[in-house]
Amino acid sequence: MGDLLVMGLLLIGALFTLVASLGLLRMPDLYMRMSASAKANTLGISLMLGAAEIYFPGASTKGIILATIAFIFLTNPVGAQMIARAAYLSGVPMWRGTLVDEASEYYRGIGRATPDRPPEGR
Amino acid sequence: MIPAFCIYVIMPILALSLLLTLVRLVRGPHVADRVIALDLLTMVGMGMIVTHAIGTGEEVTLDMAVVLAMIGFLSTVGFARYLERGSR
Repeated sequence: MGDLLVMGLLLIGALFTLVASLGLLRMPDLYMRMSASAKANTLGISLMLGAAEIYFPGASTKGIILATIAFIFLTNPVGAQMIARAAYLSGVPMWRGTLVDEASEYYRGIGRATPDRPPEGR
Repeated sequence: MIPAFCIYVIMPILALSLLLTLVRLVRGPHVADRVIALDLLTMVGMGMIVTHAIGTGEEVTLDMAVVLAMIGFLSTVGFARYLERGSR
């Protein structure tokens, strides 16, 4: 029973990691790529670490794994947001099908390097 | 049962994921794409370390995963600061 749980968690985590890399490869835009890879990857790694949490019996190992899961849940979105902000401010173009750009009002005082929005919605 | 499962099922999935990420790392049109790809490479490497630890039963290997997570976050933040500094 425990072995089946460990194997299932490992398999689901590895599949989520595969989905993350597939999204990184196939999405049309830097922001979509970053969103897909960051979220799916956080969940996948946390599931694999959860499998290790169930598998290893020692208390210190369990503590280390719990600390790692908490660290990843804290730092992965922060890193993704910092990269997105830097890319937005340095003028990385969006996909041409993007309809709403809410960050343009938020960063009005700072200013993008190259305003490359298309004139109409599409 | 578990070591064979780790070696023959989980590791190929993670290796395929590494390969797809590597394509984006080589092809990415902007520097930020490559930074994201490097971040994902670090995380998939962490998954491989965890899989190896479960497959061989060595708990010591998990410390490496902690260090890799910290280094990956630091490098991501550093690259983001560098990009933002260079844009203005």
